[in-house]
Amino acid sequence: MLKEYKTIREAAGPLILVTEVEGVKYEELIDIRLQNGEIRHGKVLEVGDGYALAQIFEGTTGINLKESSVRFTGKPQELGVTENMIGRIFDGMGRPIDKGPKLIAEEYRDVNGLPINPYARDYPAEFIQTGISVIDGLNTLVRGQKLPIFSGSGLPHNKLATQIARQAKVPGSDERFAVVFAAMGITFEESEFFMQDFRESGALDRAVLFINLADDPSIERISTPRAALTCAEYLAFEKDMHVLVILTDMTNYADALREVSAARKEVPGRRGYPGYLYTDLSQIYERAGRLKGHKGSITQIPILTMPEDDITHPIPDLTGYITEGQIILSRELDNRGITPPINVLPSLSRLKDKGIGEGKTRKDHAATMNQIYAGVSRGRDASELATILGETALSEADKAFAKFSDEFDRRYVNQGYQTDRTITETLDLGWDLLTILPRNELNRIRDSLVEEFMPKADQAAQVTTDEDATATELSKSDQALVDLVKGDI
Amino acid sequence: MKKGIITKVSGPLVEAVNMDEARIYDVVEVSANQLIGEVIEMRGDKASIQVYEETTGIGPGEEVISTNMPLSVELGPGLIGQIYDGIQRPLGQLAELSGEFLAKGVTAPALARNKTWEFIATAQVGDEVVTGDILGTVQETDIIQIKIMVPPGVSGKIEKIESGIYNVEDSIATIAGQEVSMLQRWPVRQPRPYTHKIDPSEPLITGQRIVDAFFPVTKGGTAAIPGPFGSGKTVIQHQLAKWADADVIIYIGCGERGNEMTDVLMEFPEIEDPKTGKSLMNKVVLIANTSNMPVAAREASVYTGVTIAEYYRDMGYSVALMADSTSRWAEAMREMSGRLEEMPGDEGYPAYLSSRVAEFYERAGLVECLGSDERQGSLSIIGAVSPPGGDLSEPVTQSTLRIVKVFWGLDYALSHARHFPAINWLSSYSLYQAKIDAYLDKHYRGFSKLREKAMSLLQDEDQLKEIVRLVGQDSLSDPDQLKLFTAKSLREDFLQQNAFDEVDTYCSMAKQYAMLGIILSFYEEALQALDKGVYLSEIEKMEVNNKISRMRYVEEDKLPEIQAIQEELQTEFHRLIAKREA
Repeated sequence: MLKEYKTIREAAGPLILVTEVEGVKYEELIDIRLQNGEIRHGKVLEVGDGYALAQIFEGTTGINLKESSVRFTGKPQELGVTENMIGRIFDGMGRPIDKGPKLIAEEYRDVNGLPINPYARDYPAEFIQTGISVIDGLNTLVRGQKLPIFSGSGLPHNKLATQIARQAKVPGSDERFAVVFAAMGITFEESEFFMQDFRESGALDRAVLFINLADDPSIERISTPRAALTCAEYLAFEKDMHVLVILTDMTNYADALREVSAARKEVPGRRGYPGYLYTDLSQIYERAGRLKGHKGSITQIPILTMPEDDITHPIPDLTGYITEGQIILSRELDNRGITPPINVLPSLSRLKDKGIGEGKTRKDHAATMNQIYAGVSRGRDASELATILGETALSEADKAFAKFSDEFDRRYVNQGYQTDRTITETLDLGWDLLTILPRNELNRIRDSLVEEFMPKADQAAQVTTDEDATATELSKSDQALVDLVKGDI
Repeated sequence: MKKGIITKVSGPLVEAVNMDEARIYDVVEVSANQLIGEVIEMRGDKASIQVYEETTGIGPGEEVISTNMPLSVELGPGLIGQIYDGIQRPLGQLAELSGEFLAKGVTAPALARNKTWEFIATAQVGDEVVTGDILGTVQETDIIQIKIMVPPGVSGKIEKIESGIYNVEDSIATIAGQEVSMLQRWPVRQPRPYTHKIDPSEPLITGQRIVDAFFPVTKGGTAAIPGPFGSGKTVIQHQLAKWADADVIIYIGCGERGNEMTDVLMEFPEIEDPKTGKSLMNKVVLIANTSNMPVAAREASVYTGVTIAEYYRDMGYSVALMADSTSRWAEAMREMSGRLEEMPGDEGYPAYLSSRVAEFYERAGLVECLGSDERQGSLSIIGAVSPPGGDLSEPVTQSTLRIVKVFWGLDYALSHARHFPAINWLSSYSLYQAKIDAYLDKHYRGFSKLREKAMSLLQDEDQLKEIVRLVGQDSLSDPDQLKLFTAKSLREDFLQQNAFDEVDTYCSMAKQYAMLGIILSFYEEALQALDKGVYLSEIEKMEVNNKISRMRYVEEDKLPEIQAIQEELQTEFHRLIAKREA
């Protein structure tokens, strides 16, 4: 029989202070029974001589200090896991909310998990085809990677995330996979958008959803990604599944962390976020990966909205230091009607070099990738110069580069949310674009590759017709926009 | 020994009373799980302890037992090729003991006790020895021969010494009545002693062109690489670890990504050490305390690494230590400081941040080692810094720049343009340049002149680009446009280096010298040709340009191919000039 304490002395923000306690352990889970019989849950943040400080996931609203009582469960927060969680919906604490049948857990796991021994990791090297050229061709995703989407308010990160979830596959394999989706503080509409898309594509049957909406208790968000990843680890490393974890929105998660930190009156780091934000985020992101001797994998796509599109804000900044690259959405491209509006220059996948090349994608992949990058970069500079000085100020080569970067945005990036391109299509499209550049500027590609893959003159003509086809697909207003943009440059 | 009683747990910080017998920085065992911790503050009989493992499930009333030892590392044969966590627990053995995830309270000795080594005595019975003298050797790996030294505090006449097969704890010699084994323990926070420091002047050749030619570091020097995420810090650190001509490499992954350490673990064994042709792992010790591993052990990891490095330095080796990233180490300090409720300095970092950073880098140096043979060993430290938002004015970068002598400033714009290594040639500096120039000029005649020339071209380019931005390229004079053209060649054909290309990944000094020579001689010849009426457009379209842009892919054993370009470019220029004159 667990002791019940009626000695709650303080309740402030999400925290309560219980005194005259004994035998309390750090980070154990507590149950609080309110005066009206409601049960809430919390976690011990600090234990001292005869006192315990705990955060309440559901918040302290309505707690009466005298009438409420606390029980210390003696265990850290645990999640009962089973394969039957697939297809089900849970709240941020991991309790089912979909009125489905009761789940019988195969085992209970501490939601905090344990750090993976770096020695036991297997290096992610398996190419995942997302069907999105900018990702597959230039920022290749591999199994076991953590690749966040850095977005801004109002940008279509959700559409991109669902497109990835829908299209992601490893060519030529039909291994078991699952999607684990954790929503933290997003709106009902956003959550509905994901559900709808999952339902239509059939992904819902293979998905586990952890939903904490904007009007759910904010402190529960601290537990949401942990519960989701605990489930993901079970599916990946016990059930040999390839798990894609989508976490959205990490900005709301960090804000919940800041709320607790502020309530504890901790010394704040940058912008009021706690000094341990880096450590805390890494304990989430580092749960992605592959293990030696296990078939399954966890690939993470966290989504975060950068406040004021500022990439130096602590949340994207610290995330970028932990994750293996980032996909950055651009408001400017979005305004120009480019879908998905991925800004390639600052986007990066750190693990791409291991996932591409002969036997994985194609031997020309790495070289063309570098060449396209360099070309877009130089082309953007040239276009900028042209807007100041007029196009006549550009050298012939720079003109070609400006055209290249323009065509790149229009054809390579702008593929829409429904197009699913194979890697071969993406690479060939890259070569088509490279024909725009003077041959002697292709200094990052070995001659032999140019000989083998560069489309010959007659094929180049073919490309123009392709381009026309793309153009006709665009609606009239889009076309007007494109023309407008072209006129600008 | 009295047992302490826990009174408070807050994350990695535990407070215990009844600890009056413990000393500051003693290692303690916390609770029945025997979690390892370190006393970092004492008030009366109350000790504040930082715990190197997760404290979930620990509570007041549990025991704390002091080991009466400061946090120490084990030194001896068997370090090389290992991967340790921040407090020198061997991660390979931990994986065998507790599986893929790091469980609490699991530990194993840093040096395997059941492994034996062949000790070959070089000292003899009757020799008078002092601390640091070499007693004998052990072939630790194919490359590294470890020297067994007289441990600190021991000196006198050797009464017994015998070659043979021993494990690390066996007695190999008796000196003045004291038994000596191959194993030494040394407290990590205390620098290992040496006779005296020497001003370093020999370069640490790294095979990276921008580093060796423009911003070199000495053997025994210090360097910092600050840069925002995605600017290629880690790739540069890996490149230095792979190719630097140091005898021993210590690589510390401090609070960084798990997969990066896995990458190192899988890649380094496959790489050939350029000096010996053997697998690189024969000279590397890895310390991995990734970001999700306990934060207090992260704080300790740099000390663990530098102490192991000093041990090899003491044998007379040149050692290079890479710490990626020191910012995470500083953040670990900040986190502990916050929990101790210390008065924060800048951005929440403790006020002692800069003195800790300085102490760490000052453990680098070229030294005359202890012992009577006057051997010299060096320890170079290269630290990555991860400034939040790429803002170099933040405290960790600033306190680092105050102490290090070489600054490799990484640039976001360069990495966007896929110019790697993204070291900005205008903002970086090396204070060792003058010393190293003397050394280089001796081996490669006129090297420093070439470098100065190249650097001034790059600086001119920066100014000319400003003009181009305002009024366009056409407004420049032909010699100025040629300058731009040459500077572009310097950037793309010399400064850029592809770490993932088999050939380009390493570039010897001889090749660097040849490449720089060709580019600058092209410039000189072209200037003359312009003078003689050759059009700039002709120069820009010369066939030799193609050769120059492919110089970096010429293999090391085919360097005459690069030298041959010299002749070719002269012939081509002569032809152009002849055509003009005709």
